[in-house]
Amino acid sequence: MQFDQIIQFSLSGLSTGAIYALIGIGFSIIYNATGIINFAQGEFVMVGGLLTLSCLELLHLPILAAVPCAVAASTLVGVLFERLAIRPLRNPTPINLVIITIGGSILMRGLAMLVWGKDTHGIASFSGDDPIVIAGATILPQHLWILGVTLLIISINKFYFYHTISGKAMRACAYNRRAASLVGIDVRRMVLFSFMISSAMGAAAGIIAAPLTMVAYDVGVMLGLKGFCAAIIGGMSSGIPTVIGGLLLGVLESLGAGLISSGYKDAIAFIILLLLLFLRPQGLFGKPESERV
Amino acid sequence: MKRELLKFLAFALFMLLLPLPFRGGYLVNVLIFVGINTMLAVALNLLLGYAGQISLGHAGFFGLGAYLSAILTTKYGWNPWAALPAGAAIVGCLAGLVGFPILKLKGHYLAMATLGLGIIIYIVFNETVDLTGGPSGLSGIPNLCLGSVCFDSDFKNYYLIWVFALLTVLFSLNLANSRVGRALRAIHDSEVAARVVGVNARILKVQIFALSAVICSLAGGLYAHTMTFIAPASFGFNFSVELLTMVVIGGLGSVYGPFLGAALLTLLPEILRGANDYDIVIYGALLVLMVMFMSGGLVRGIPDLYRKVLRLKGGVDHA
Repeated sequence: MQFDQIIQFSLSGLSTGAIYALIGIGFSIIYNATGIINFAQGEFVMVGGLLTLSCLELLHLPILAAVPCAVAASTLVGVLFERLAIRPLRNPTPINLVIITIGGSILMRGLAMLVWGKDTHGIASFSGDDPIVIAGATILPQHLWILGVTLLIISINKFYFYHTISGKAMRACAYNRRAASLVGIDVRRMVLFSFMISSAMGAAAGIIAAPLTMVAYDVGVMLGLKGFCAAIIGGMSSGIPTVIGGLLLGVLESLGAGLISSGYKDAIAFIILLLLLFLRPQGLFGKPESERV
Repeated sequence: MKRELLKFLAFALFMLLLPLPFRGGYLVNVLIFVGINTMLAVALNLLLGYAGQISLGHAGFFGLGAYLSAILTTKYGWNPWAALPAGAAIVGCLAGLVGFPILKLKGHYLAMATLGLGIIIYIVFNETVDLTGGPSGLSGIPNLCLGSVCFDSDFKNYYLIWVFALLTVLFSLNLANSRVGRALRAIHDSEVAARVVGVNARILKVQIFALSAVICSLAGGLYAHTMTFIAPASFGFNFSVELLTMVVIGGLGSVYGPFLGAALLTLLPEILRGANDYDIVIYGALLVLMVMFMSGGLVRGIPDLYRKVLRLKGGVDHA
């Protein structure tokens, strides 16, 4: 196996990994604020991609306007989901929450199928398709966009969680919801915020990935699951560990597909997921926690 | 218990007489699917409704049963009656092995892990083309035969499937009223409390997981031998979700709920014929609405609703 081929696979793996990282952080943010694993996370990615498509083709908006529009509309979908399905739930046991978020994701997927049809749609790259050669490997400008936007979003996230009052309130909720509400934090509003942020992040991930991976009503399932895998590697952290998890997953998957078999590409992510859940459910970097009864 | 048994006999009699007026035909074909889905929903209910452990990978076990039985009969010339239990035994062992690490997980993590397992199985069906025929499927699977009678028509298959389905329901009824059933419910309510009173929760969860997988695998084998053709598309993630929907809509932890859910979800697409593309939307909406407004499922929800209506009409609250 040639060395430059490995570099090539790793580079393209990094950009898919960045997408997984963004989705994974979305999972973690909701999980930390609410204890819910949102099975509909992947659908925000799909909605983001498809809404961008509509903004570009139906409304003829330039890409710079289409992206914020799509992100805003997807955020609205996230808000509606929280308001209509999660908040009114009278008996929020983990199983009920799993079932309702699965139900929500199927509903979103089904509605998307009715609106956009079953076809796979392509979106033009943000700045052309001329490959750039780096160290014997070629990458596309869109790869750079993906890495750049991911970096930007993660920095904004970091700033929000550590330097703003509402970000700090979110972290307080993640540590202990009851204590947070005792010091005057509106926990329900923080839950809503967490859905807003992660639906916006999911949509952004879907938009930057769309030119490379294409977009269809059913892309959310796999992307969501792989994002979850990234979050598990990162121990459900909403910061750097999950980013590393996503990048690691992307590179391993890309190398596995290139060097072993492309048919088993998706299986690689799930085998990693199962092994991690069995051996280190606290994530690669975390310490085991004792269970409180 | 005696009343329960009478109820079951009435149900069994009804199901066995049901196809007589039709003598085959389209409706009987649909009812065969109701039978297979009833077996699967009852199996998932043992795990999810009784023991409170979710699985999103049960379509995988269903598929493994179907493929194992199909491969043993078509490629190795086994008798279907030998292939069926052999497939179930292999799936049982597999589920038992995977069950130990997987059932250590709880709630969301368990859901994700079983989901991952189901998808890995699905990918294997698609990729091992030499054995499974890959995405285009496997055909020419022999029918089951008893002596000189072969189950080759819808009418005969109906009885084949429903004998198994009724046995599954009877089994679940017995389990619910047994020591094991009570131990499972204790795990459902609080695993720690169950362990404190001496229930070996770890082993029991793995056992019920394996048992549930074995029933699914039997249903899979029966499916393969009645349809004589199988393809991976029937055993994907969507079908796992459909099974979950059946159990939730019917009523978690009830004996006849899974049957109700299976019947409703199998008949619904037939009733909504032409609305083929909408069924996925309807499943999603049903799941969300059921959890929000009728989390006990139809089995408990309909009597509740009936009582509420009576109360409104009478204007007097007897509670």
